[in-house]
Amino acid sequence: MANNQQTYYVPEQSKWPIVATVGMLLTLYGVASIMVSGSQGESAQGAWIIFSIGSLVMVYMLFGWFGSVIRESRAGLYSDQMDRSFRWGMAWFIFSEVMFFAAFFGALFYARVFAVPWLGGEGDKGASAMLWEGFQATWPLINNPDPEAYPAPEGVIGAWGLPLVNTILLVTSSFTVTVAHHALKENNRKKVKIWLAATIVLALVFLGLQAEEYVHAYQDLNLTLQSGIYGSTFFMLTGFHGAHVILGTLILIVMFIRIQKGHFTGDNHFGFEAASWYWHFVDVVWLGLFVFVYVI
Amino acid sequence: MSAVADTHAQDHHHGPAKGITRWLLTTNHKDIGTMYLIFSFTMFLLGGSMAMVIRAELFQPGLQIVQPEFFNQMTTMHGLIMVFGAVMPAFVGLANWMLPLMVGAPDMALPRMNNWSFWLLPAAFLMLVSTLFMEGGAPNFGWTFYAPLSTTYGPPSTTFFIFAVHIMGISSIMGAINVIATILNLRAPGMTLMKMPMFVWTWLITAFLLIAVMPVLAGVVTMMLMDINFGTSFFDAAGGGDPVLFQHVFWFFGHPEVYIMILPAFGVVSHIIPAFARKPLFGYASMVYAVGAIALLSFVVWAHHMFTVGIPIFGQLFFMYATMLIAVPTGVKVFNWVATMFRGSMTFETPMLFSVAFVILFTIGGFSGLMLAIAPADFQYHDTYFVVAHFHYVLVPGAIFGIFAAAYYWLPKWTGTMYDETLGKTHFWLSFVGMNLAFFPMHFLGLAGMPRRIPDYALQFADFNMVSSIGAFMFGATQLLFLFIVVKCARGNGEKASAKPWDGAEGLEWTVPSPAPYHTFETPPEVK
Repeated sequence: MANNQQTYYVPEQSKWPIVATVGMLLTLYGVASIMVSGSQGESAQGAWIIFSIGSLVMVYMLFGWFGSVIRESRAGLYSDQMDRSFRWGMAWFIFSEVMFFAAFFGALFYARVFAVPWLGGEGDKGASAMLWEGFQATWPLINNPDPEAYPAPEGVIGAWGLPLVNTILLVTSSFTVTVAHHALKENNRKKVKIWLAATIVLALVFLGLQAEEYVHAYQDLNLTLQSGIYGSTFFMLTGFHGAHVILGTLILIVMFIRIQKGHFTGDNHFGFEAASWYWHFVDVVWLGLFVFVYVI
Repeated sequence: MSAVADTHAQDHHHGPAKGITRWLLTTNHKDIGTMYLIFSFTMFLLGGSMAMVIRAELFQPGLQIVQPEFFNQMTTMHGLIMVFGAVMPAFVGLANWMLPLMVGAPDMALPRMNNWSFWLLPAAFLMLVSTLFMEGGAPNFGWTFYAPLSTTYGPPSTTFFIFAVHIMGISSIMGAINVIATILNLRAPGMTLMKMPMFVWTWLITAFLLIAVMPVLAGVVTMMLMDINFGTSFFDAAGGGDPVLFQHVFWFFGHPEVYIMILPAFGVVSHIIPAFARKPLFGYASMVYAVGAIALLSFVVWAHHMFTVGIPIFGQLFFMYATMLIAVPTGVKVFNWVATMFRGSMTFETPMLFSVAFVILFTIGGFSGLMLAIAPADFQYHDTYFVVAHFHYVLVPGAIFGIFAAAYYWLPKWTGTMYDETLGKTHFWLSFVGMNLAFFPMHFLGLAGMPRRIPDYALQFADFNMVSSIGAFMFGATQLLFLFIVVKCARGNGEKASAKPWDGAEGLEWTVPSPAPYHTFETPPEVK
């Protein structure tokens, strides 16, 4: 049994991990320095330079590292067993992302179910109402306990306008990427390109609308990061989701370029499949957002 | 087994590269494991020297050596460095070295990512330790970094601390993904899940816990970052947030985290006790289920850290009973270890000494945990030295003795040389006495009402504190002996080790020569 197995590919020495470490350290050290010097009113010029160098190193690393993996994969060095390692890796990575969002959803639920009602005098810990007399607990919270520290928003984004359109866009894009995947399995590359391009267009429109919603919130509604727990949870959840959509879109664009270049075959295309898994994950998170941030 | 390597005479199956590039660019699980272990011990000495500062200040009442501000930075950094820099990387190092050998795999599943997981750690700790030299000093709010101490009142370096935690989290998550992929995908043919060695089982479950909770830690520090730098109000009631929210999210990470630090040690002693009692592990299946049960329960007990913060009575009752329930699977494990030893042909080499001490002293830590789990009683113990005694009893003779036991048990496999048994036993006894002297009096101090995290204390606590400091110095100094023992062994200065130096030991790792060749199991072995 053992003799029938292809040898598991153990790569040679690689410079990419250490390049990635240097890049990440410089990038994050730069970001932290920018924030700290910003809050202390100092010049952040040096910090921006560190951050920029770090980011360039990261971009170089991403091209180099993924490039080597793609070359090795196309050279046929990866066995089926290797393919399963990638599958487990991607699946557990997505699980870790789910848990990251779970922390922010948890914060939202805690604020809505416990913290805000308690501040309004309800429930087990209603004595907190003594802190700010006359505070009315509502959700969306448009009257903060201390409006001077946290100016209240004048309104919130309704669910049935842009968010509904965005929901339709993302759900549709989950379907289009699946159609593209099935086309790839059938080796119908023209069909893959059409449906993958459609997915990317839907993603870009989603991002455009999301940007418009943010501009609307900041300019017309005074709904900002500083407008209390509603603004905090709203922007952190939608913002991190948006960042993941941007990442997902970049991944899909890379897949499109690889399809153009003739990469992948009908039965060997885990890169594509992983991109589509990631896209479905982004879509599912949005459904949670739509229900708990916008609708309810 | 070296014949296996020879039959695959492809050019990438050579030995290690020369010089520093061997370590910077490596994809070899043994090299990476070694680096993890060296890094962990370095951090152990750094965090330990901070503990020496703390104990020196507490040697007598009054302020002698350091200012309270610096004292707070020491307690904070000691905790962070020991948890994230010493204990966790040590277990990841053991996993790197031993998992492929135990499941019969050629390497970890994703070797390049494995190297990145390691190298991110020195980067993270460079950033964390650099905060000591920043304006306003290092983080000073305790390793639990409760808001608003860490947000509204934290030093400017808090932002650097947050990004350091992010890097550690990325490292841990990638390390855990690698462990799971290796265990699930690279087992030798015939090794079904219920034939896996206990260390493999405990690491599989630990890796699951890591992937589940490290992102939650990332989430909570991100909320802090936003509160500090971008004006959000997650932890500020003036904007409708709640400082208690911080504690909920933190401990949702924090409680599974303490099992992350102990489950691999459970795995280690589940190998060593059968080996030196010369009997198979008693109740293998129940051991596996017990670890699973502990891991699942760890997700629903977090608020037992928060009984005094003002949570509803229903919450207090739920978390009290759920916490006590953990005593059942833990008890299963302790009784199984005892039953394994019962009527065995026991010998007491150094790994066994550390393991037996583990069983007894960890149980003491478990019992003080049960006392703390009783919500009404916790109002007396909370934030006292009793808590400090409790978690040092589970972490020092628990996690760290587990690591020492593992190191002595597998050093012959790693280096090909037996460690010096007399020195090893000396290390054990000095550690054992020092550690109990340091931490046992803390129970009495806490019950008598001495609060934790203070640089000065009332006079009636003086005697026990002095005893505790003497024990801590003894324990700390003893660890230099461990360094000496390991260096001596690594330099080949000792008796040559055979492939299986322990006659009761079982497992695939003992079928390869000592020291283990650079590449092992390139063709998977068959497991009956």
